[in-house]
Amino acid sequence: MADVHLPTTLTPLFAGLPRRLEVDAPTVDGVIAQLEERYPGLRDRLCVPGPELRTHIHVYVDRERAELTTPLDERSRVDVIAAISGG
Amino acid sequence: MSRTICLIGTRKGFFLAESDEARSDWKLRGPYCESWPIYHAIMDGKGTIFAAAASEWHGSAVWRSPDLGETWTHSSEGLAYDDDRRISKVSVLSAKHDRVLVGVEMPGVFESTDDGETWSVKTTLAGQPGSEVWDDPNNQPPGHLGISAVFEDADDRSHWWAIAQGIGMYETADDGATWTPRNRGLRADWPREHEEVGFCVHKVARAADGVRMYQQNHVGMHRSDDSGLSWTEITEGLPSEFGFAAAAHPHDRDTFHVIPLDPGHGRTMPDGKACVWRTEDAGSTWRRSDAGLPQENAFVGVLREGMANDTYDVPGYYFGTSTGQLFVSNDDAASWQEVAGYLPAITSVEVAILD
Repeated sequence: MADVHLPTTLTPLFAGLPRRLEVDAPTVDGVIAQLEERYPGLRDRLCVPGPELRTHIHVYVDRERAELTTPLDERSRVDVIAAISGG
Repeated sequence: MSRTICLIGTRKGFFLAESDEARSDWKLRGPYCESWPIYHAIMDGKGTIFAAAASEWHGSAVWRSPDLGETWTHSSEGLAYDDDRRISKVSVLSAKHDRVLVGVEMPGVFESTDDGETWSVKTTLAGQPGSEVWDDPNNQPPGHLGISAVFEDADDRSHWWAIAQGIGMYETADDGATWTPRNRGLRADWPREHEEVGFCVHKVARAADGVRMYQQNHVGMHRSDDSGLSWTEITEGLPSEFGFAAAAHPHDRDTFHVIPLDPGHGRTMPDGKACVWRTEDAGSTWRRSDAGLPQENAFVGVLREGMANDTYDVPGYYFGTSTGQLFVSNDDAASWQEVAGYLPAITSVEVAILD
């Protein structure tokens, strides 16, 4: 189960969405797919059609910059970051 | 006693100011919508608030509240093109005829018939003169809004207008299936590719009779007495030909208000004196309405959705500045009071009356 950490800007948008949760998925895209099932509309907040990660949404897997296709193992840590943007 | 609800969109969320019919004492609450940048907020006939918002992190969505801001949800389901064009923001809303329309950038209009839960493409005005260039970032002005205005006929669901920023106004009589440019008589101080478009329409306000229109253009104030078929310039007497915000009198077709701005980079009210300009003869003459407004060092601007009117017998007017002040007149623009002074930059102001 991947250890998924979400940004504070995301969790208020979906009732019950925690900052940290465990997800069993083979890739980053799989994590988002599972979150979308539980919290409809969440994919739109992280991805643009394609799909691709939004410009200012950065994902790290075990502290390495990741993409949607980045594979996960059972103990991966996934950090979703709202990158510095705006003011 | 009626409730007067002022809907305030800002760069840092949605706010709501509430008063009674007297419109003297106001209670402000917010921010809502998780402080997302709001481009426009409106209320439909059932009392549901819709707010067009675009987060730099999380993209565009339309927020909605059925209970005057107590609870909110948001949706962007279906709010996407099925090709490689990307929506950068949802710019402007209209809610009539049991549906909601939202104008977006890149230019297009989406429709929701389920109270904003899902959206579908209504039109991209494809094939219209000007449309061949408006998706090109090189042709988009700063802060590009794409479709910067959508306004509908009160009685005919199929009849409405859309403004493409920097291109011009278009009219449809068949609910968006076909369009006709409506810019005849407008001025443009630059070369244009097409005779019918290439005009910088900032704001169109419809007069009380539902026929006359007033237009603040990048170059000049204009009036149309035939629902936009032709336009006549009425700038003479105003301190500037440039501005964004405008509001018509709800009961008198000849009375109209505009907020002229310096046209350069500043885009603030001339000479640092806050002022609304009013005509009572359809633009033949203009006079200042500034009682209660700051007349010294007030370098404030107002954006295109930043002014509104209510519909009381003695109408009220409202405008919000890009430096966060909300001003209200409850006496048909005879005087003004500052209702809020320290909001984030205000992008839109609308007013609703609840009985």
